[in-house]
Amino acid sequence: MGAPAQPVLQSVPLGWYLALGLFTFITGAVGVVVRRNPVVVFMCIELMLNSVNLTFLAFARYSPTVVPGMANDPQTWMTGQMMVIFVMAVAAAEVAVGLGIIMAIFRLRNEVDVDDMSALRG
Amino acid sequence: MQEWLEGLHPAILALIKVLLFVVPLLMLVPGLIWWERRLLSWMQDRIGPNRTGTITLKSGKKIKLFGLLQPIADGIKLFFKEDVTPNSIDRLIYFLAPAIALFPAFALGGTVPLGPSYGIYGLLTPIANVDIGVLYFLAISSLGVYGVVLGGYASNNKYSLMGGLRGSAQLISYELAMGVSLACIVMASGSLRLTDILKTQEQALWGAVPWLQNWFIFTPFGLLSAVIFGICMVAETNRVPFDLPEAENEIIAGYHTEYSSMKFAVYFMGEYAAMFVFSGIFATVFVGGYNLLPINWEYLMDSQWVGQFATLMHNLQYWLAPLVFLFKCAVGITFYIWFRATLPRLRYDQLMSLGWKNLLPTAVLNFIVVAIWILVTKIHSTLMGIVAGALAYVLLYFLFKSFLGATRDKPILQKRTLDYMPEPPKPQSNPVTGA
Amino acid sequence: MNLPVTGEQLTFMALAGIAALMAVGVVVLNNPVRSAMCLVVNFFFLAFIYFTLNAQLLGISQILVYTGAIMVLFLFVVMLLNLGGKQIFKERRDFKPILGMVVGVSLFGMISSQLILPMLKVDQIRADNAYGAPQSIGKTLFTNYVWPFEIASVLLLVGIVGSILLAKRRV
Repeated sequence: MGAPAQPVLQSVPLGWYLALGLFTFITGAVGVVVRRNPVVVFMCIELMLNSVNLTFLAFARYSPTVVPGMANDPQTWMTGQMMVIFVMAVAAAEVAVGLGIIMAIFRLRNEVDVDDMSALRG
Repeated sequence: MQEWLEGLHPAILALIKVLLFVVPLLMLVPGLIWWERRLLSWMQDRIGPNRTGTITLKSGKKIKLFGLLQPIADGIKLFFKEDVTPNSIDRLIYFLAPAIALFPAFALGGTVPLGPSYGIYGLLTPIANVDIGVLYFLAISSLGVYGVVLGGYASNNKYSLMGGLRGSAQLISYELAMGVSLACIVMASGSLRLTDILKTQEQALWGAVPWLQNWFIFTPFGLLSAVIFGICMVAETNRVPFDLPEAENEIIAGYHTEYSSMKFAVYFMGEYAAMFVFSGIFATVFVGGYNLLPINWEYLMDSQWVGQFATLMHNLQYWLAPLVFLFKCAVGITFYIWFRATLPRLRYDQLMSLGWKNLLPTAVLNFIVVAIWILVTKIHSTLMGIVAGALAYVLLYFLFKSFLGATRDKPILQKRTLDYMPEPPKPQSNPVTGA
Repeated sequence: MNLPVTGEQLTFMALAGIAALMAVGVVVLNNPVRSAMCLVVNFFFLAFIYFTLNAQLLGISQILVYTGAIMVLFLFVVMLLNLGGKQIFKERRDFKPILGMVVGVSLFGMISSQLILPMLKVDQIRADNAYGAPQSIGKTLFTNYVWPFEIASVLLLVGIVGSILLAKRRV
């Protein structure tokens, strides 16, 4: 059915993808710690999830395993993509609930600041 | 011609493909606006723009163009109008928003084939013949929200923001039903590639009548999908009766209240281009794309009686394919205008309940039926598949109806409005019976 | 002509550079709407990078799910909060950004020196070119991963019910 998929960007080593993933992940992590707006904190979490997705996909395509027979096994290539699909599903559910919680807090206290939400501190 | 095209660098060929799609689209937009204004005025029993473009010769003879130049005159006017920019706006986003609104409208058609997949059209027409064509269309159409939301936000106007919020809620709601209705078609044709979906439609009607084409709108599930997709299509392009983001009697002009001159024109252009491409997608997925009539001329070419005629028609159809496609798009636009002339705008709660309580469950029901039909056809026979599909329709319809009845017993909205209403005064005693 | 980098590598650098820049923008920019826009662009370019990894289906689902649905929700919520007054999103100025930068840079240095440097040598692509096609993904998803798939669908259902419950004013 149709033309076969064309190979693209063959001369880029795996490390470059990983470097981008790591950079994005650390940016997201720093954002989670530094920012005080819960919506932006959420966005940073999404950033981290996406960097993990990128890493999964890069590993799936290059599959740099030393286990004999694993590297050329189609199952190894697919596992990374499956993980990405599940991460997307979890991220969607998380955003729906998380934004609902933020809206509920906003309605209750009329302010949203992660540092002021200390009612459960005890 | 074909050899020359094949010899070109792929990047240049891609550029030619894009130009062949975008330039006609840009040139058709003024024509669409003229058609809308003329047809609407005819439906509303008035004259409409019929003067611009009339040329009076020296002999006193007049060449009439029926106002065809009106949109071009309007465009020139919009170019030279003063561009009023409000003071306290988010400047960057305010300037970017119209461009963001225009982008999806033109990118939408990236996977739509304008002609058959062989010969010269095979080289030129789907800009990208990828195996994710339907998903690409859904993804790009979901980007259409950003122009509305950002324009509404950046204007720093209460009504603009309301328009933007309404727009985003509406587009998210209707995308779901649209995706599920397309999923039925994808399941029935077994591919996400739009050219494959077209190929499925060129097979024998219901698998039984080989000289007719199996357009999806002729099949029961396809018809249901087409109705759902059509409604969602109107909602996705913010047209009447779903034009709540720009409802002029509630929120001035919605998200483009603060936009004037060329920026407003860009919004306008994006809307029309999106309408056109959405119609094209509808034509491709449900009514056979570039085929003028649902007749398999190729099959008839062998027959004694109409063989020659069929060959002629086959060749004619091959060469006229893009024009037929454009004609189908124009018919879609005409339906849009017809809706605008006929239907009043929905209320917000009606919009939401239509999307979530009617279209989405119906689309899911259709999806389940298609799945059952395919499964039974595969493991049993074609006849049993049809019977199982029909049974599933009946069963799920009653299930759906009983669910709807269960929710209708407790009208949440009415109860809430009753809280605020003063109680009517009770008569002390009945004057007639004295009770 | 023998450049130190190939055209493909330059393409990747351009895509990755924009994505990284936008990721920084999400954290640095003060206005949440601009942060959201940066994130949208970042997701878009990540989708392009997925395409360069030959994962077409996941790239397009990235656009469909993240930029088309999740980010619209984010914008929706930011604007709803904005309706309640402009000044609720004021970031306090303190030592946290500097500390965060120091921690981030040191973390990047540590992990990259241990993990990424060895991986720079790996440039042999083992996966089939069609490994990201809808057919192969569908086949794997509905055979080996059918239980995780069902659990994910239940999770999404729970998410829907939970968010509806949260959104209702009076339960």
